[in-house]
Amino acid sequence: MSTIPLDYETLRLIWWLLLGILLTGFAIMGGRDLGVGALLPFAARTDAERRVLLNVVGPTWEGNQVWLILGGGAIFAAFPPLYAVSFSGFYLAMIVILLALILRPVGFKFRSKIKDDRWRATWDWVLFVGGFVPALIFGVAVGNVLLGAPFHLDDTMRAFYTGNFFMLLTPFALLCGLVSLGMIVTQGAAVIAGRTTGPLAERARTYGSLAGIVTILLFALAGVWIAFGIDGYAITSAVDGNAAINPLGKSVTLTRGGWLANYELYPWMIAGPVLGFAGLAGAVIGLQARLRLVTLLASSVAIAGIVATAGLSLFPFLLPSSTVPEASLTLWDASSSHLTLFIMLLVTVFFLPIILLYTAFVFRVMRGTVSTQSLEKNPNAY
Amino acid sequence: MIDMTVVELSRWQFAATAMYHFIFVPLTIGLSVMMAIMESVYVMTGREVWRKATLFWGTLFGVNFAMGVATGVVMEFQFGMNWSYYSHYVGDVFGAPLAIEGLMAFFLEASFIGLFFFGWDRLSKVGHLAVTWLVALGANFSALWILIANGWMQNPVGSKFNPDTMRMEVTDFVAVLFNPVAQAKFVHTVSAGYVCGAVFIFAVSCLFLVRGKHVELAKRSMVVAASFGLASALSVVVLGDESGYVATEHQKMKIAAMEASYHTEPAPAPWTIFAIPGADGGAPSFSIQVPWVGGLITTRSLNEELPGIDELVEHAQTRIRSGMVAYDALQDIRADGSNAEARAVFEEHWADLGYGLLLKRYREDVGNATDAEIAQAAADTVPGVWPLFWTFRIMMGLGFFFIGFFALWFYRASRGWLETNKPLLWFSFFLLPLPWIAIESGWFIAEFGRQPWVVEGVLPTFYAASGLHFWDLVISLSFFVTLYSILLVIMIMLMVKIIKAGPQDKLFAEDEGDDADFVVAALPATPANKELGS
Repeated sequence: MSTIPLDYETLRLIWWLLLGILLTGFAIMGGRDLGVGALLPFAARTDAERRVLLNVVGPTWEGNQVWLILGGGAIFAAFPPLYAVSFSGFYLAMIVILLALILRPVGFKFRSKIKDDRWRATWDWVLFVGGFVPALIFGVAVGNVLLGAPFHLDDTMRAFYTGNFFMLLTPFALLCGLVSLGMIVTQGAAVIAGRTTGPLAERARTYGSLAGIVTILLFALAGVWIAFGIDGYAITSAVDGNAAINPLGKSVTLTRGGWLANYELYPWMIAGPVLGFAGLAGAVIGLQARLRLVTLLASSVAIAGIVATAGLSLFPFLLPSSTVPEASLTLWDASSSHLTLFIMLLVTVFFLPIILLYTAFVFRVMRGTVSTQSLEKNPNAY
Repeated sequence: MIDMTVVELSRWQFAATAMYHFIFVPLTIGLSVMMAIMESVYVMTGREVWRKATLFWGTLFGVNFAMGVATGVVMEFQFGMNWSYYSHYVGDVFGAPLAIEGLMAFFLEASFIGLFFFGWDRLSKVGHLAVTWLVALGANFSALWILIANGWMQNPVGSKFNPDTMRMEVTDFVAVLFNPVAQAKFVHTVSAGYVCGAVFIFAVSCLFLVRGKHVELAKRSMVVAASFGLASALSVVVLGDESGYVATEHQKMKIAAMEASYHTEPAPAPWTIFAIPGADGGAPSFSIQVPWVGGLITTRSLNEELPGIDELVEHAQTRIRSGMVAYDALQDIRADGSNAEARAVFEEHWADLGYGLLLKRYREDVGNATDAEIAQAAADTVPGVWPLFWTFRIMMGLGFFFIGFFALWFYRASRGWLETNKPLLWFSFFLLPLPWIAIESGWFIAEFGRQPWVVEGVLPTFYAASGLHFWDLVISLSFFVTLYSILLVIMIMLMVKIIKAGPQDKLFAEDEGDDADFVVAALPATPANKELGS
């Protein structure tokens, strides 16, 4: 449409970036709460300590989770075929994630409302699973995207998925899951170390440093595996970034180590993995040196770097197909219409800065350490 | 061919999870606004009882809100999980309002809800009041965008089918936003939420008065609930009528089914209060009718006709035949994009493509359908008449009942007769489930009444489902039923506990001992490390 001031190709690229930003936003912000959840039984030993942890993230976790809702909404609005294929294809994995996402809000809200050891122990376990499982599965999902998913499309764009749940749990995908878990645990530890004192903070430093170092090793291992162990996808036909979507109109080849091709083509992309490693190292150093703010910043940078590494390696693919590579979804052939992308961009450019502003305000109001000594009486505390 | 068992199970799952989600949503919408009103009174008058009331209802609100959040994520994901062809086919239009809901509404609500609970001693009075209003605003905006999305499913304006991409695409976003169906449904739905919140606060307050507990708080809450509830109940009915009216423009079949009107009535049509289905479950064998009222409600005139089911089915046959032409032209365009002739034919018939797709249930090559199959597909356009007929009467009856109920209490409140009649207080307490019955009936009418379409006239429901396997659905459906049942029991148990414990006002009071068992042990301290921005 000639009245739209940005061409279709540019908008598709912008939306790919925005999607990356939203998912990174979730990994950083939601990662705080998932990480604290995954550390709950280890970092906090007594009921009082656990309540401290829950009240560290309690006032802000709901807002953080909206990054995920927004990420899902953005995939639906900007890349509907990706939303259609991935959410239905990974059906049972989605159910497992939903289990965690359903139990987490109620876990936070219900746990401390009744003073009973078994009741609270049960919800502690639920909150642990609610943090641990999504942190792992989101990484497993990324691993499967890198491997390609077994799906194809018919001429009416109906998707057919030929895999099953257990096929998702391959060694490489599980490795990606562990990288994701490791970075999120590091983030959780950074939050705990930053907002508590005493033994809680000490334990967080220990676990966080351990998680950071292990994640560095796993992230490097994943890089080696991508270079020598799995195939990357590449489009071999001409790409018209302004054409109407048609995921079936291209040819695709697979080559060993092909996911690294982008780094030769665009050397600046190396910034992704570099930030990943540097951020993790910075978080470990920050934890040891007790630099609270540095730790949190470094661990957030690590998450951004690791998420970016996955996205940049895949570019321009969104979801490759392992069974019919030509049906792979890319940002050029699986987007919304030109008009929808443009309208959604306007809305996002308007609202995203406002969201960042009030999020910053909320965190500012709720700043400060939480401790067992600081008793107060609020019937709504977690 | 499409696996109809998977389609049926997917429908059950979506219906169950959506109706379950909507147990919590109206209460969130209603309570958030009423909390904001009560806190406004507190800030204006400085009287402690209002802050106490805000906190108490806020605690119940919090438990309910957690359930709403937990079940809301499921709604967003399920379109892709269970209705993947729908997601592809209409995602270009339908995805946008969902994403905007997150950007504009849910983010606002979810970010400030933490400050509502934890910001009492960290914000000024006016600052906290602003937070409460922002939460309420977020809840209401949320409903707006969801109903814009749903309104488009009922009345798909501002969009067109693109044969090159095989999907509906936005042509006029403003038309999608200002869809008259969406606007009417929005006001109707939030008003219903306000009624729900008002009945909830009113009923619990009645219980307090019967027991002689927390009298001051209960009486003040009742005054707010009665006046707010009366205004909202009037709005629900008046704007519900608006929903009925606009539905006649776009969804004549839904109205005909709700009225069980099998034959076109000469204008002005009567309104049926009560009817008994005929022997074959079809046209009523006995009915009590009020002359003229049906025509007035649905067409707002005395001379416009209200078409009956039989006539609409006949009309559907014409559209199916036109849809077959569109389908064949589409096949030609897909085979050869430069086929100008096929494009011209498609341009003329595309609006009936959805009717052509109704035949997909009976054969793959839609263009060769027999007369019998066409007749069958046309008959499929009739939704279940009698369930709609009765749920509509239940919803409407309750709508009028709430007006009377709140009018009575509004009058009694103005005379200072709040606690004088114990049986009446008990009676009012036991009315607690009624708003949910009305609201769930309303959604049933909206969604079941739209069948066999998932998007009216555009996409049949059975054609929109994912290609999942029977066992996928068995696993997920049993998962949802089990988990949701357990959570509902726990939630009700906790609410009863909170209500029994009554208002807690320890947040500001000096230490009174740790007697109540959900009083907090550890909480945010004073900002010790001010340099921390985390």
